[in-house]
Amino acid sequence: MRGKRVVLPDKDHQACGLFGVIDRSGRRFSGEMAINAMINMKVRGNGLGGGFAAYGIYPEYKDYYALHVMFQDWDMEAKHRVDEFLDANFDVVYAEEIPVNPEANVASPPLFWRYFVSPNKKGDEKKLSDDDYVVKKVMEINTKINNAYVVSSGKDMGVFKGVGFPEDIAEYFMLAEEYKGYMWTAHSRFPTNTPGWWGGAHPFCILDWTVVHNGEISSYGTNKRYLEMFGYYCTLLTDTEVMAYAVDLLMRKQGLPIEIVSKIFAPPMWDHIDIMDEKKKKFYTALRMNYGPLLINGPWTIVVARHGEMFGITDRIRLRPITSGEKGDLLFVSSEESAIRAVCPDLDRVYTPMGGEPVIGRLKSREKELAKQLSEVE
Amino acid sequence: MKYSIGGFCDLFLDFCKGIEDLLDRVKVEGDTAVIDAKGLTHKELNDLMRYAVVEKGVSRLKLLNVMGQRYIGTRLYLPDSRKVEIEVHGFPGNDLGAFLAGHKIVVYGNAQDGVGNTMDDGEIIVHGRAGDVVAMAMRGGRIMIRDDVGYRTAIHMKEYKDKVPVLIVGGTAQDFFGEYMAGGRVVLLGLNLGDKPHRARYIGTGMHGGIMYIRGKVEQWQLGKEVGIVDMEEEDWKFLEKHIGDFCKEFGFEKDEILGGKFLKLKPVTKRPYGRIYAY
Repeated sequence: MRGKRVVLPDKDHQACGLFGVIDRSGRRFSGEMAINAMINMKVRGNGLGGGFAAYGIYPEYKDYYALHVMFQDWDMEAKHRVDEFLDANFDVVYAEEIPVNPEANVASPPLFWRYFVSPNKKGDEKKLSDDDYVVKKVMEINTKINNAYVVSSGKDMGVFKGVGFPEDIAEYFMLAEEYKGYMWTAHSRFPTNTPGWWGGAHPFCILDWTVVHNGEISSYGTNKRYLEMFGYYCTLLTDTEVMAYAVDLLMRKQGLPIEIVSKIFAPPMWDHIDIMDEKKKKFYTALRMNYGPLLINGPWTIVVARHGEMFGITDRIRLRPITSGEKGDLLFVSSEESAIRAVCPDLDRVYTPMGGEPVIGRLKSREKELAKQLSEVE
Repeated sequence: MKYSIGGFCDLFLDFCKGIEDLLDRVKVEGDTAVIDAKGLTHKELNDLMRYAVVEKGVSRLKLLNVMGQRYIGTRLYLPDSRKVEIEVHGFPGNDLGAFLAGHKIVVYGNAQDGVGNTMDDGEIIVHGRAGDVVAMAMRGGRIMIRDDVGYRTAIHMKEYKDKVPVLIVGGTAQDFFGEYMAGGRVVLLGLNLGDKPHRARYIGTGMHGGIMYIRGKVEQWQLGKEVGIVDMEEEDWKFLEKHIGDFCKEFGFEKDEILGGKFLKLKPVTKRPYGRIYAY
């Protein structure tokens, strides 16, 4: 059953729309800016998927993992099983249905609940870090409980997504009124190869990592099989999912900085490695040999975020667009410059990085932390 | 629902207003129509432009508050070959002046991807930068961009007899500049680089027609395998003098200073770079 309006999926316009904004001073603001940017890029989507990730929205529960769980077809049996599973594996400090606006124009929404939890590890699992434990449990819910999907699992952040235009999804979850965050990413979907369903909308999330993506990952099969070796299972029927798990593996577990991760996802061509000096040649060759299965091939632009930082990057020959803008503490990345200008007309700086080179927006406090770590290393 | 098919509404067209509901957006003063584009979809804006030119007979259009509307100027083909001047204030969306039929578009702001896509004739001038695939498949007229351009500029630009498109870029370009170029003239000036080299790689990959002029530093490894460097001749300088002269008049640069720089002339090595791949 569709919502109030019966629509014919539109193939005239194409390509997804991406947007991300961070206030590097940490000031929190409503979802309005991200929503209006997406409205400006409306022709990039076709109403089959929209979503937002917001950071810093649950300050009162910031020490607990906020699990947003989607129950397909309002499956109360699944809800019951998730409740039992969470009670057995976590301390649930607060749980509620995510408030929605029933007047919003969205098609057959599933049920969404949020649970604020802390790990309750037993036996062997005590060896796992909290984060690893949460990843493991999220994978268990996604793969073992039919009709239940954890769409968001980080602390003090959340993903809100579904089938509809982004502004409809924002209205449904009341993002302009209910939430304030210091960083927002947004996505308007134009699904091409995979179905348009609520779980398949972007952003994709694991812990506090979120990814929004425009394009196709033609290396999906290779990437997926590699990630399975590390316990990540792709269940959401969309290629973008591999990106979320890949950044979690490389950046959280292996501790690589984005400057290096970008060279794994979008490495230099062999003929450019050939003309580098010996030291660089050795480095890039080693990177390609070790991380070959995480080379992300095909046309793509992604915006990845986690607490404190956000980065936008394209494939190495830029088959999908990206534009970045800055105004004071605000840093934007977007598929189109006009979407940034629509919410911030007088930018200090606007630029487009080369393919495979990341645009990085970090909280100033995080920047200082990193500088301190670097100086200690030196 | 005007555009409904079998009971389904069209997600785009059914939410566009008709001309009759948008007339307060147009002010005609003499031969000029001023259109406030704020919040309009690209269809609404192009409908209004066509209305002003065809119904009201204006020869100048001034578009205000443009923010991401696509295909500006595309639907202005006029059988009587009347030419219109279009001033764009703001930030036009993708495919600005696609299939442009001889009109002149001047943008006071930055442009996005696909400027002059398959443009037939006329002129596009951008007082700012532009995105990817500028002048894609362009077949006539001239485009001048003051600042930088993105990837795949002039991809598959072409020419036929006296229809020779010209593209002049004041800043620098990103990779695949002149990819699969089949004709036309492309000039890259690098005015904002200072002493730094151009960073573009794969320049002229697959190029099999036309000429590129690049001012500034470019290393051999940045060039595609299908192009070669040839000497500048008298007529090259004449060509540059004319078009760079116009460029300087428009944007206020010093012509002699630009022409005093070092120019690299690039031509394809063969007209059929891939001719031997499938035949032997």
